[in-house]
Amino acid sequence: MEETDLRRLINNVKRGRLSRRGFVKRMAAVGIAAPIANQLLSLSGVAMAATPFDYKPTKRGGGGTLKVLWWQAPTLLNPHFATGTKDQDGSRIFYQPLAGWDAEGNLIPQLAAEIPSLENGGVAKDGTSVTWKLKKGVKWHDGQPFTADDVVFNWAYASNPATAAVTSGSYTYNKAIKVDDYTVRVEFNKPTPFWADPFVGTNGMLIPKHIFAPFIGAKAHAAPANLKPVGTGPFKFKDFRPSEYVSGVINTDYYEPNKPYFDAIEMKGGGDATSAARAVLETAEYDYAWNLQVEWTVLKQLEKAGKGVIELVSSANVEHIQLNNTDPNKVVDGQRSSLKAPHPTLTDPAVRQALSLLIDKDSVQKYIYGPEAVATPNYVNAPPRYYSKNTHWEFNIAKANEILDKAGYKKGSDGIRAKGGHQLKYVFQTSINGPRQKNQEIVKQACGKAGIDIVIKAIPASVFFSSDVGNPDTYPKFYADLQMYTTGSNYPDPWQWMQSFVSTQASQKSNNWEGRNITRWQSPAYDKLYAEAGNEMDPVKRTAMLIKLNDMVVDNIVVIPELHRMNVSAQVKNLVTRLSGWEDDMWDVASWYRNA
Amino acid sequence: MAGLTPASISADLPGAAAEGQSKPVSRTLDAWRRFRRHRLAVVGLVVLSIIVFGVVFGKLLWPTPMSAIDFSASLAPPSVAHPFGTDDLGHDLLARMIFGGRISLAVGLAAMLVAVGLGVLVGAIAGTAAGRVDTFLMWLTDLFLALPQLPLLLLIIYLFRDTLVRLFGEEGGIFLIVVVVIGALRWMSIARIVRAQFFSLREKEFVEAARALGASRLREVVHHMLPNTLGPLIVAATIEIANAIIAESTLSFLGLGFPPDVPTWGRLLYDGRNYLDLAPQWAIFPGMAIFLTVLSISFLGDGLRDAFDPRRVL
Amino acid sequence: MSRAYLFRRTLIAIPSLLGISAIIFGILAAAPGDPFGQLVTNPNVPPAVIAQLRASLGLNQPIYLRYFHWLIAMLHGEWGFSFTSRMDVATLIMQRLPVTLAVLGTAEVIAVLIAVPVGILAAVRPYSLFDQIANTFAYVGFALPTFFTGILAILLFSVRLHWLPFVFQDHVSGTGWVWIWKEVKQSIMPVMVLALFQGAPLVRFVRSSMLDVIRLDYVTTARAKGIGKRRVLMRHVVRNGLIPVVTLVALQLPGVFGGAIVTEQIFRVPGMGSLLISALLENDTPVIMAITFVFAILVIVFNLIADLLYGWLDPRINLR
Repeated sequence: MEETDLRRLINNVKRGRLSRRGFVKRMAAVGIAAPIANQLLSLSGVAMAATPFDYKPTKRGGGGTLKVLWWQAPTLLNPHFATGTKDQDGSRIFYQPLAGWDAEGNLIPQLAAEIPSLENGGVAKDGTSVTWKLKKGVKWHDGQPFTADDVVFNWAYASNPATAAVTSGSYTYNKAIKVDDYTVRVEFNKPTPFWADPFVGTNGMLIPKHIFAPFIGAKAHAAPANLKPVGTGPFKFKDFRPSEYVSGVINTDYYEPNKPYFDAIEMKGGGDATSAARAVLETAEYDYAWNLQVEWTVLKQLEKAGKGVIELVSSANVEHIQLNNTDPNKVVDGQRSSLKAPHPTLTDPAVRQALSLLIDKDSVQKYIYGPEAVATPNYVNAPPRYYSKNTHWEFNIAKANEILDKAGYKKGSDGIRAKGGHQLKYVFQTSINGPRQKNQEIVKQACGKAGIDIVIKAIPASVFFSSDVGNPDTYPKFYADLQMYTTGSNYPDPWQWMQSFVSTQASQKSNNWEGRNITRWQSPAYDKLYAEAGNEMDPVKRTAMLIKLNDMVVDNIVVIPELHRMNVSAQVKNLVTRLSGWEDDMWDVASWYRNA
Repeated sequence: MAGLTPASISADLPGAAAEGQSKPVSRTLDAWRRFRRHRLAVVGLVVLSIIVFGVVFGKLLWPTPMSAIDFSASLAPPSVAHPFGTDDLGHDLLARMIFGGRISLAVGLAAMLVAVGLGVLVGAIAGTAAGRVDTFLMWLTDLFLALPQLPLLLLIIYLFRDTLVRLFGEEGGIFLIVVVVIGALRWMSIARIVRAQFFSLREKEFVEAARALGASRLREVVHHMLPNTLGPLIVAATIEIANAIIAESTLSFLGLGFPPDVPTWGRLLYDGRNYLDLAPQWAIFPGMAIFLTVLSISFLGDGLRDAFDPRRVL
Repeated sequence: MSRAYLFRRTLIAIPSLLGISAIIFGILAAAPGDPFGQLVTNPNVPPAVIAQLRASLGLNQPIYLRYFHWLIAMLHGEWGFSFTSRMDVATLIMQRLPVTLAVLGTAEVIAVLIAVPVGILAAVRPYSLFDQIANTFAYVGFALPTFFTGILAILLFSVRLHWLPFVFQDHVSGTGWVWIWKEVKQSIMPVMVLALFQGAPLVRFVRSSMLDVIRLDYVTTARAKGIGKRRVLMRHVVRNGLIPVVTLVALQLPGVFGGAIVTEQIFRVPGMGSLLISALLENDTPVIMAITFVFAILVIVFNLIADLLYGWLDPRINLR
């Protein structure tokens, strides 16, 4: 469906000529699922009702203790210093943002009274500000009222460079202004189509001003409340042991009626993912286990015990293989993988094409990840409205051989192809992780059949995913020919994430390897379109542009997207949870309950 | 003088004693004879020979490639096509164990030799020299015991991996690094045991007698003290072999060992552990292989010690 | 002699601890990895923030300065603050210590109490049926790693039989006997897996050193003098044969404080080992330094105790 058609239909809904349901039906006919259709409408300013969550309990409490198992554990409980999901999850039991994202990428009010939109005047037409109305009568766990001052304080706290908050990215190019006690306006430096970043979701959790005010700036890390949270969430803080255990008890003043169902919560940390799955699926010692990166055959077997179920939630994560555009074996200006040294063979479109034909995504999906991941041609996979329909993929060894033959790569006596003295012999690196090494083996075997020799290298995750400038094995350095890992946009808007292909972002020694463009692909056309999309206020046009950005990456085989991965968790049979791929798992723990 | 308690089951056979005393034979031949009567040692030798033969020549008898992926045979139990079954990618486990066994056995033996060698050297020097030398060597031992191994290993990879791989090639360099690292981190207990034995032995009559007869320090150590620490040493050596085979697999998780697609026994055991209820063969065969290797080497060690024990009169 | 020796060794312990701490600090500083690794993958965290965070922890200072800061604080009795949790390191350690001592201590006691008599009995009747069984268990104990025996135990006792829980909880509800029973139940598997692992080498060492001593001439002499077999065994053989055992146990004891990383991970025992491994993975230097430093002190102390015990076990040993 073309952009103009879409726009026409949306306008029809706006004018009342087409019902919402009719629109969703028309979309379904062209292969766009209902959530996406709804998303299109809401972004185009058609008010919509979020999918209601069926919450059954009719009174607060009485559910006993909710026991959840995290195989990593929070190390501190201040959301502004959360260094990983584990810390965000631990914090989210106690703290909340103004709004969160549900599984379909809809904004759901938490501390906000309503979601701002063009219609209700919350979102400025020029995209330079958004005004939030806050819920009234919300109390912090110590009884103090929650007001606009708290919200503005969080902006001041996180945007202060001396605080060194990890959330600072969300509060840097904007400003929060108190309009009245229950209204806050966020003003952006420039038109910002994606306004739902500050005070929303994981980065938006709000801490109380009356507790943290003395600890702004350099003193921030000394705040005792970093370890003893006072929030607005459904559970009040009880106990915390870093890297091990967090517990909370019911907040009887919680602002949502009949919530929470559970009287207490215990989050236990440590161990490994497989045994966490066992503790839920096989022995039901725990109610819920988080982030189970375990081979599907193993999980499936555990599920057969009948005590629990595996829960899959779509996220933006894509397991992908990056192709280095620069030569990792040549030292120029004191650095390997320099922009000045193009890769001798991987810059050849024929080689790239052959490689993309040699990735057996179906087998990887079927035999390693199962339904935990879906083979995909796209880098951007979610929310579904950004999923490009223009791309495709295939696994075809014969065709790969043919392309390489045609391009003049001849097999040597060792069976490895070469041209102009350059052998098609690649180092393929990734982090140490069971499924990834199997994935590497599958790639290696297929490439071997096409005369491409793959040397598998696996690096401990703690080294691979680090910013250590001195270490050659970190992924931003990419001192290898190919590398694989999972990445995904944190927001239901992929624009910021797509900067990983902007030319100036190329990760180099000169920028301390902090550039986001790891493949060091250089494309003026991409850069131009990326900049345009950043200023485009029309959601439909912007969506089309972002899809085009994805297509450029895929068509030029800058990376080979392999699998769109799901968030995998396990829960006991009667537990009802509300999870979202755009949020931490605890985002709406207030709504969890047990079926009788 | 006869030992109070025979250390070997063969001592129960009166014929053995009579035979040993009746004919004057060379020490080696005599030892071999005694060894042959040590039933468990012979069993150990046979089992170990089968294992070594299997990993060295197994490829000829079982030519199935170890890295061929066959999804249709994923997690298959032992059968004629796959005597040891398959793993989740359908790799033939027998072929993988034959290949990996070479590395595991080589690493196990070599790392054990490094650890025992270093341990005996440090322990013997500290145990005989005493005084300042002893104090320094024990400081070194304490230091190595106290070092946190994970960052140390990461540092070693970071500093030496690439250089060694360049110098000795992918396989050789990694083998060297694995053996040295395991050996260098495991000699301390052996050193302390040897040293303690030496403390005790150097005051014993027979050592004093040797000293009085003008035996050199080296002779004293090699001929009189070391043989009497053999018992604990053999135990330590067998434990080190088991340890090295397992440690090798943990090293590969740090990116220090062999690449993850090299199926050493420790690695197979580790990978298979989560499939114990689904495909037990994946973990059980490598587990058995390690166990049998350790067991047979241990029996062999006991037999050898008994056979060469100079004080044994049978 | 022995008192002078003790005094001298204690005096030497101080500079050797300083040396050890400096070397450990150097290794930690030079080893790859940093406390904010996870942030790097997050496109929403500006590099400047990471730099600021590093600066706030003093990570931008040269290594020797960082070491001296640490050392001076340590001399004042300050353990510093964890990089990741910002909690006082002493508090963190005290949170973990009781569980660690309870689980690992019990395992060590069980290992010694079982292994030593079993080893002695096996040595008294070598190659008897009892000896063979004891040996087989010992081989299983050290040929199979705890990551394997632990999972076997879980599959058998938790998954199949539903007898024991396998997630260790530090906060067991209940009081009195119920509480004790729950604590015992959840401790059985980790304690047994560890006891097997630590006891197995002990059995072999006890047996083998007993055999060695039994064969020594002076034992025969004692027997020849007509001293009863039992007395010979206790007075001469066991005391001399215990020397390697004392050495080994002294080597194992610091681990009761330091924790057992793999076993703690399998059963989720919130002990020192799991604190250490998470600190290692996050390059949380103050925590690693504190644990390894205390560990180093224990290594030195226990090895010194072992040295002194040698003299007691064999009075002829002359420590110089």
